[in-house]
Amino acid sequence: MSIDLKTVKHISKLARISINDEKANKLKGDLNNIFEFIEKLNELNTDNVQALTSIAETTLRFRKDEIKSENIREKILKNSPDENKDFFVVPKVVE
Amino acid sequence: MSDITSQSLFELTSNIKEKKLSSEEITKAFINRAEKSRKLNVYVTDNFEKAIDQSKKFDSNPNLDFKLPGIPIAVKDLFCTNGVRTTAGSKILNNFVPTYESTVTQNLWSQGAILLGKLNCDEFAMGSSNETSFFGNVQNPVGENLVPGGSSGGSSAAVAANLTPVTIGTDTGGSIRQPASFTGTVGLKPTYGSCSRYGIVAFASSLDQAGPMTKNVRDCSMLLEVISSFDQKDSTSIDYKRNYYSKELSKDIKGKKIGIPKEYRVDNMPDEIEQLWKNGISYAKDCGAEIIDISLPHTNYALPTYYIVAPAEASSNLARYDGVKYGFRSPGQNLIEMYEKTRSEGFGDEVKRRIMIGTYVLSSGYYDAYYLKAQKVRQLIKKDFDDAFSKVDAILTPSTPSSAFKIGEKTNDPVSMYLNDIFTVPINLAGLPGISIPAGKDKNNYPLGLQVIGKPFDEQNILNISYALEDKINFKNDISDWWLSE
Repeated sequence: MSIDLKTVKHISKLARISINDEKANKLKGDLNNIFEFIEKLNELNTDNVQALTSIAETTLRFRKDEIKSENIREKILKNSPDENKDFFVVPKVVE
Repeated sequence: MSDITSQSLFELTSNIKEKKLSSEEITKAFINRAEKSRKLNVYVTDNFEKAIDQSKKFDSNPNLDFKLPGIPIAVKDLFCTNGVRTTAGSKILNNFVPTYESTVTQNLWSQGAILLGKLNCDEFAMGSSNETSFFGNVQNPVGENLVPGGSSGGSSAAVAANLTPVTIGTDTGGSIRQPASFTGTVGLKPTYGSCSRYGIVAFASSLDQAGPMTKNVRDCSMLLEVISSFDQKDSTSIDYKRNYYSKELSKDIKGKKIGIPKEYRVDNMPDEIEQLWKNGISYAKDCGAEIIDISLPHTNYALPTYYIVAPAEASSNLARYDGVKYGFRSPGQNLIEMYEKTRSEGFGDEVKRRIMIGTYVLSSGYYDAYYLKAQKVRQLIKKDFDDAFSKVDAILTPSTPSSAFKIGEKTNDPVSMYLNDIFTVPINLAGLPGISIPAGKDKNNYPLGLQVIGKPFDEQNILNISYALEDKINFKNDISDWWLSE
């Protein structure tokens, strides 16, 4: 199996990372090398193996839904790249 | 008394407790040395002024019951520190100043430690040589133009160069143990769930663990004792009784069964590493341990599995960097363009590569073939270890398939870079504790490490085995201070 340029562009779209043609070509080569290496897994028959989804064999704990931090608006906005008083500012979304 | 910065954590805490040294003297000694060591590029952000203030404050009313009384410590720049910039080695977090503290760093400060600064690392901890950092590569104090390993490369270099008494790193596929091996230092990755992940910039959440990086095994036990804790704020944190690792540290490993996995004898492994391993085995025997040959049949599949699971989790974790709420933003005509430009300009090449791999293996039509397949193989890898641990108490292997390499040597070939982690990755996939200790040198006089792997939550056992081996190996890291400037 090999990954073509069109697929690279499609993945970059899904990942929300814009790439130019030169970078896309370089990435195509890298990804094909990496996937060639990954294909090794196909040597194994895993039909009757259960997928391991979590290494910690415990069910997630429940906790009470309590508010533990108040008046943190300022803290939350502190690292905002662009702010306007109490809001995060982004380019216009709705016309 | 030996030079302050060359003292171990154990010596420094004893000297503070016996009032032979003040926190201010120690803090200033490390800062003074750091200022002459800019060439190593270990610091992304220093906290020197505040550290001196805090050391004076400690000395004015010293609490000597603390486990890290007035001890200055620099940490990997992946731990969020309240009010101190945290970059994860990335342009996208270049200006990020957290308003909260990670649990493991909070554990350090709660025991009297003082933050010296934030140490360089591979971008989002993705790398094995510290060369993917936005803030430039780090020099290995062992020799000029050598990589310090990665991703905790600033951390390993800082400990080896006596720029911090100890440090903490994070390990997703070997990021503590491999750099420890490359710099002649000790690094431990705890059992998954031992150290809280709260406030650590996430890479691959089912694999990430924080752990100590130190000059010797005793320091490692002291630091682990402080950072390992149950934490409500991490849903995968495990509530179990933790040992007093430093108190229970013992060289008595008589009768311990140590497994030697034949699959770790890989092609093209340098003879020196084969020899190092043999020496380790004979030292373990000298200490009264029983050596047992074992098999971990799926070892060869660990790296390909890792390079599906880790990027998949990373692509999901790193979706949050969109330029909206924090971090770098590149303006765009509309929201989508802003996302795409921000992520394109904010992430480096290796991070983009891994996000792309992860996005691909999780995308519609490929999920079963890649991600689900990898999770199944991960089960087989874990089962290998479960089977082995029904026969042995611990496993001994080399830490890495080579010693430190030259800066730039492997940057153009991602797969050859990934192969660095061949002996460390399986341990993360299985969630086990593993420690790398310096065990010898190669023909260039570069350090080499041995890895001791334990059962889940059996950190005490691997610390004890390492403590016994360390004594026999008697490793000396003769570093020449070649980088010092006036």
